[in-house]
Amino acid sequence: MSAPSAAFRPAAAMLSLSIREVSQALRDGRVSATELCRKCIDQIQRTHYLNAFITITGETAMEQAQRADNRIRTGKPLGPLDGIPFSVKDNFCTENIKTTCASKMLKGYVPPFSATVVQKLLDQGAVLVGKTNLDEFAMGAGSTDGVFGPIRNPWSYTTLYREQSTEDPDSDWAISGGSSGGSAAAVAALSSFLALGSDTGGSTRNPGSLCGVVALKPTYGLLSRHGLIPLVNSMDVPGIMTRSVHDAATVLRILQGRDERDSTTVQAPSTPPSLPEHFDIRDICVGIPKEYHAPGLSTDTLAQWSRVAAMFEQAGARVQEVSLPHTQHSIVCYHVLCCCEVASNMARFDGLEYGHRSTIDSSTDAMYATTRHEGFNNVVRRRILSGNYFLLKSNYERYFVKAQQMRRLITEDLKNVFRSGIDVLLTPTTLSDAARYTDFIQEDNRTRSAQEDVFTQPVNMAGLPAVTVPTALSRRGLPISLQLIGQTLQDWKLLTVAHWMEQQVNFPMIHLHGDSDERKLDRLVRERTHTIGS
Amino acid sequence: MVGVVGLEVHAQIQSTSKLFSGSHVRFLAPPNSLVSHFDASLPGTLPVLNRRCVEAAVLTGLALNCTINRKSLFDRKHYFYADMPAGYQITQQRVPIAVNGMLVYSHFEGRRRNQVVTKSVKIKQIQLEQDSGKSLHDDEQSQTLIDLNRAEGQLRVDANVSVHRPGEPLGVRTEVKNINSVRHLAKAIDYEIQRQMEVLQSAGKVLNETRAFDSKSGNTIPMRDKEGLQDYRFMPEPNLPPLFVYKSEASVPAGVDPAQVVVIDRLSAQLPELPSVKRTRLVETYGILQEHSFTLVNEDGLMDYFENVVQTTKAEPRKVIGWVIKELMGNLNSQNLKVSQSPISPCALAELINLAESGHISSSTAKQVFQEMWKAPEKTVGQIVKEQDLWMINDKEELQKICRRIVDSHPEEVNPNKVLNKLMGEVQRETKGRTDPVQVRAILEKMVS
Repeated sequence: MSAPSAAFRPAAAMLSLSIREVSQALRDGRVSATELCRKCIDQIQRTHYLNAFITITGETAMEQAQRADNRIRTGKPLGPLDGIPFSVKDNFCTENIKTTCASKMLKGYVPPFSATVVQKLLDQGAVLVGKTNLDEFAMGAGSTDGVFGPIRNPWSYTTLYREQSTEDPDSDWAISGGSSGGSAAAVAALSSFLALGSDTGGSTRNPGSLCGVVALKPTYGLLSRHGLIPLVNSMDVPGIMTRSVHDAATVLRILQGRDERDSTTVQAPSTPPSLPEHFDIRDICVGIPKEYHAPGLSTDTLAQWSRVAAMFEQAGARVQEVSLPHTQHSIVCYHVLCCCEVASNMARFDGLEYGHRSTIDSSTDAMYATTRHEGFNNVVRRRILSGNYFLLKSNYERYFVKAQQMRRLITEDLKNVFRSGIDVLLTPTTLSDAARYTDFIQEDNRTRSAQEDVFTQPVNMAGLPAVTVPTALSRRGLPISLQLIGQTLQDWKLLTVAHWMEQQVNFPMIHLHGDSDERKLDRLVRERTHTIGS
Repeated sequence: MVGVVGLEVHAQIQSTSKLFSGSHVRFLAPPNSLVSHFDASLPGTLPVLNRRCVEAAVLTGLALNCTINRKSLFDRKHYFYADMPAGYQITQQRVPIAVNGMLVYSHFEGRRRNQVVTKSVKIKQIQLEQDSGKSLHDDEQSQTLIDLNRAEGQLRVDANVSVHRPGEPLGVRTEVKNINSVRHLAKAIDYEIQRQMEVLQSAGKVLNETRAFDSKSGNTIPMRDKEGLQDYRFMPEPNLPPLFVYKSEASVPAGVDPAQVVVIDRLSAQLPELPSVKRTRLVETYGILQEHSFTLVNEDGLMDYFENVVQTTKAEPRKVIGWVIKELMGNLNSQNLKVSQSPISPCALAELINLAESGHISSSTAKQVFQEMWKAPEKTVGQIVKEQDLWMINDKEELQKICRRIVDSHPEEVNPNKVLNKLMGEVQRETKGRTDPVQVRAILEKMVS
C-alpha cells in the first residue's frame, strides 16, 4: 500500500476546529452539518492510505447530518454534539453496522444493538462517519496486527517529517500506536472531531500520544462497557479522543453515568456544565513518580517531562517526587491478568452462533478448533493459551491470585500517594515518539506491548482516570505527549489540570504535506480506494 | 467398606425472566424463541443479576437451615460445549449465597413401612448458576440441534459416589450423570458403590471420572467425551460485583434505598409453613398417623382437600383419612391424576361419608358409591344411591325375614362359627351389601344357637 507521492490540499480550516468552535459555527450557520459531514468523509478518502478506517458509513452519516441540520436550523439543537462527525473503534457494537474487531473471526458480523456510549452520542445528534481500524481484538500497542493491515501515523505525512526523511514515504512511515490507532489517526488527520477508543493497558492513551491528540481514559465504571467487545473486563474502559481537553470534558459529561445493563458502572459525580474558566494552579500538587524513569525513555520525552514539570513549578504549583514502589512488577502482573481474562472472553468465539465458521464439521470439537485457529491471529491465540495455562487449577494460586495481590499493592501505592496530598501525577505516556513501522515490527507483539505499556497499564490495574496531552514535536517532527493521572472519580479535576497544561504548552496544529498537483492526487486517491480494503 | 454419597441437585427457579438476562421464561415455547442477546453470548453483552432469583435462593437457604452469606461472589466455570455458548457458565463456586444447612427427613422402615426413622443430611451449599441450553442429538444426520431457551422446569440430580473404610480418608469419587428419576438415582448409587468396591477389592484404582447411568442395564458407564481430568479453570466473574444481602432494614447502609436491596428478615417473614411444621400440626390437630401426615403434605393439594372434608363432615378425622389415603389417592394414582383433577370434590366426599356415618348406607356400599361418583361426577351422592337402590336395610323385621330365609336354606351346617361367617356372607350377597354386618351377625347368632 503506498501513499500518494504528492499532493493534497492543506486541511480545510473548518476541519481543524475544536468541537466547541465548530459547534458554534453550526449554530451561527457558517457551516451546515451536511457540509461538515461531507468534508469529513472527503478527508477520510483523502487520507485513505493511513488505513485508519475499516467501514465508512457515508450514507447513514449524511442522513444523520440532515436531521441535525433540521434541528439546528429550527434552533433546537440537542446539545453541544449535535451535527458533529465522530468515529468509533471497530470493537464497539454498532447496530446494523459491521463490527469486526479487525479479526477474521468477526469479519462480516453485524450486531443487532449499539454500545451504550455509541448510542448516547447518536442520541445527542452526533454523526457517525465510520468504524476505525485497530489491532486485532484490541491486542497490541502499535495497531500493526489487525486483519486489515497496519495503521499509519498522520504525522509521518507532514512537511516537517517528510523534510527530514531521506526515504520513500511508502517505507518510511511511523506507526500510529495502539490498539486504538485508527481512532487516534482519524482525529489527528482531521477526519473526525471525536473518536471513541478503548483502553485496557493504554490502548487509547498510547496512540493518542503518538498521534498528538488528547486521549482520556476515564475512571473504571464511569462509562458503560455494554456493547464494547471485551478484552479485560476488569480493566477495559471506553476512551475519548479529541483535539482539545475542553472537548474531551464535553464528551465525558455526556457519556458518564450508571447503565443498568453494565453492573460495573457507578453513579457519576455531579459535574458542572464545563471546565472552570478561572482556576488557580497554585492549589495543585503534582507528583513525579521516580520509578517512571524507565529504561528506553527517549531524551526528547525526558526533556518534555522536565519542561512541563518546571512549567507547573514556575506557575506556583507544588511539584514533588513520589514513589510507587511496586511499579516494576506491574507489567508482568498486567500480562498475567490480561491473558487470563482474554482466554475466558474469547471462549465464546466458536463459530456456532455468529462470526467465522470453519468448513470442517466432522465433530463439534473439530469445528471449534479449526474455527478458532482460522479466525484468530497468533497474538490472540498466544494470549488464550497463556491465559488457560495460568488458570489451571494447579497454577491458579501461583499466577492469577498472585497477580491480583500484586495488583492490590499497585493500587495501594497510588492510593497512598494521593492520600499524601498529591492531586495529579505527571508522567510520560510512551517511551518515545512514534517508531518507524519497519523498526517497530522487529520485535513481536508481546515484547512491544510489554515495553510500550510501562507508563499506562498501572492506571488500568488501579482503575484510575488518566489523560494524555500532546506537548511538543520531537526532533523527527512527531508528537510527544505527557500523561496526567488522577484520583478515582476525580476525572473533572484531572481535566481541569490537563486544560491548564494544554494552554501552556501550545502544541502545533497538523499540516499534512501539500503539493500543487491535485489532479495527480485525485487519481492516486481513486486508485487507492479500489485496491485498499476488505 | 462403606459408600459415601453427595448429591448435586439442579432446581430451576420460578421467575418470569432469566438469572442474568431480561429475556422471559416460559414453558414449551418454540426453540430459540426466548433468547436475548446475552443468552446467545453476543460479544459485548454483560450479565445483570435478577433480584427475584436472589430472593428465591435466600428463601431456599432459610428453609434448609443454611447460613446466608451476606456477601457472595460469582465465578466463571469454563468448558466447551454447544449448549453453553459463552464457553463458560456463570456460577458461585468460591463463596455461594448459602452454606452449612441441614435437611431433616423421615424414612419409613419395617415390614409394613410404617416405622418412622428420622434422619438428617448436610446441605453443603446453595449456589446460583446459569442453566445450559438443551441439546438434541440427531445421530442419523450426525448433527446436534441446540435450543437456547433454557426453560425446562425440571429438577435434575447428579450423584457423587466414593467408597472407603470408616475412619480412613475418603476415596476417589466419581460423578454419575444422566439420572432421570429417584428410582434411577437409587439404582445408580447402589451400582456405583458396588462397582467401586469390586475395583478396590481386586487391587485396582478408582478413577476420578464422570460416568453416565444407563437405565437399561442399571450400570454406570464412563462418558466418552469427558476423558481425563476436567479442569474448569475457575475465574472470578469480573462483570458481576460481589452480591450483598442484608440481615435487616437497619443494617442497610446509609445512602442505599432499602427497597432496592435484598433483606433477609423481610424474606424470613415471607417463608410459608415448612413441611415438618405442617406434618406436626396435622398429627396434633387431627390425631392421624405420622405416615399419613407425610402423604398429606407430599401430595400437592391433598392436605387442603383433607382439611376441607374434615370441616364439612361429622365423621372423625381418623375415618376421613382412610377415605383420602386409600380411596381417593388410589384412584388418582391409577389414573395418574393430580388432586386438583379429582372428579370428586371435598364437598361430595364429605356428603358420602356423612351418609355412611349416619347409617343410611353401609360402609361397603359407600365404597361402591365412591367409584360410581368417580365415573359420574355430575350426579350427587343421593342420586346415585337412589338410582341404584343402595339404601341400607335398617328395618328389623325385614332383616329377620332375610336372615330366616338364609338360615332355612342352609340346614346342614353344624359348626356354629363357620356357619355364622358363611351365613353372613350369604346375607351380604343377597342384600347386595346393604346391611350392617353388626346387626346381621346379632340376628343370625340368635337364630343359629
